[in-house]
Amino acid sequence: MSYYNFLLEPISCHAWNKDRTQIAICPNNHEVHIYKKEGGDKWRKIHELKEHNGQVTGIDWASESNRIVTCGTDRNAYVWTLKGNVWRPTLVLLRINRAARCVKWSPKENKFAVGSGSRLISICYFEQENDWWVCKHIKKPIRSTVLSLDWHPNNVLLAAGSCDFKCRIFSTYIKEVEEKPSPTPWGSKMPFGELMFESSGTDGWVHSICFSGSGGRVAWVSHDSTVAVATGGKNTVISSLRSETLPLLGITFITENSLVAAGHDCYPMLYVYDEGKSTVTFGGKLDIPKQNAQRGMTARERFQNLDKKASSETDKATLESVHKNSISQISILEGDKSKCSKFCTTGMDGGMTIWDVKTLASSMKDLKII
Amino acid sequence: MSKNVSSDRFRKVDVDEYDENKFVDEEEGGENQQGPDEGEVDSLIRQGNVMGALQAVLKNPPMNTKNQALKDRAEGLVLKVLSSFKSADIEKAVQSLDKNGVDLLMKYIYKGFEQPTENSSAVLLQWHEKALSAGGVGSIVRVLTARKTV
Repeated sequence: MSYYNFLLEPISCHAWNKDRTQIAICPNNHEVHIYKKEGGDKWRKIHELKEHNGQVTGIDWASESNRIVTCGTDRNAYVWTLKGNVWRPTLVLLRINRAARCVKWSPKENKFAVGSGSRLISICYFEQENDWWVCKHIKKPIRSTVLSLDWHPNNVLLAAGSCDFKCRIFSTYIKEVEEKPSPTPWGSKMPFGELMFESSGTDGWVHSICFSGSGGRVAWVSHDSTVAVATGGKNTVISSLRSETLPLLGITFITENSLVAAGHDCYPMLYVYDEGKSTVTFGGKLDIPKQNAQRGMTARERFQNLDKKASSETDKATLESVHKNSISQISILEGDKSKCSKFCTTGMDGGMTIWDVKTLASSMKDLKII
Repeated sequence: MSKNVSSDRFRKVDVDEYDENKFVDEEEGGENQQGPDEGEVDSLIRQGNVMGALQAVLKNPPMNTKNQALKDRAEGLVLKVLSSFKSADIEKAVQSLDKNGVDLLMKYIYKGFEQPTENSSAVLLQWHEKALSAGGVGSIVRVLTARKTV
């Protein structure tokens, strides 16, 4: 597990390149900075992408085609391509009248989806004849800001988590760009904009959403401190866990049955999904706190604590986790959603931590990643 | 200051009502919810069976109904049960509840904080401490984010 502090401000969003040597982050302003790994634990800034007029809220880096898409509160998205040693932007007209909130390349990288505060999702694809990115909108039945998106491996289904407390799966089939998709557990008829699944049962804004590696399951975290998983099928079953922690902000599958989520509690946690019993259970805290030397308390300190905080426990005012502020995004570094060996978290403390699943599993005896 | 002669009724118009994008919660039928059974709870308290009274009063929470009197009555009943516990028994009672029960108890506790009476806050704070250790901060977050309250 290694922690690197990029800056003192929150990292709004991040994305890795294909071989994980470069990371693109937004340092809480209108720019995107690309850092390159320089041996050991050092990172050097090699590019600054300045085109947005508002905070950059989403970055995604397409691994195969090496293109970066960014979206921001200025209601625009740009697709950046590397020409020589410079990243050149291409504007994408999203036709939205509120801020864009999240962006994701599709698995085949021929489309990307942008979620926005205009209560709609823009699906953008490149039109060869006009040499221009065009977009189509999915509006119904979204009733509030779309906060998070994730693509199904078949390049057509898109899961969207929104502030109207629901997680939905839509079809984004565009006939100019792809073949008709084969049936999936979520349904077989998939015209553009078709609602394949809508969740119910959880209150709270859906902060983050993730398809499993096979695409048969979708997991989401919402602001009422719940983690929920739904398995597609004739009767979609939703299993949820009411967590005892503060709300979670990011979630990802690391195997078909295990999820890692992190949020306002500043440390990642493991959750295990059992399809047979239809339950989600808490698997353990994934942070390894440094053991502080336990110094004894003087009687005076004990009385002061009792006076101020009504408890004579030892000082718990410092955060023992690696991240010192909420974790806002989790991304997979090595492996994929069906078998992940390393994942990365960035947070509001401006830090980025890389977690190694094998080391975590071995250091926590009863942690089981199935 | 001189009085404006033309009407100023426009200042009292609630413009949000006319916003076509206004978010309205889905209506879920909740007309059958009666709230906890007063007779049953009262008899259990009189018998001294406070644990049973707690289980009974946490049944049928008036969540979906818009009937404010029903909600107030349920809250009063819960407060009566909570006050009839001895301090030492509170922890055991909270342990006997399942996760949903702890969340529901937290909702009632915070509702009780909203309208404090003579001794209610002290009792509610004791219950709050025990419910917090059972449900964690997550249960408080669920009180704050719940769309339908008791």
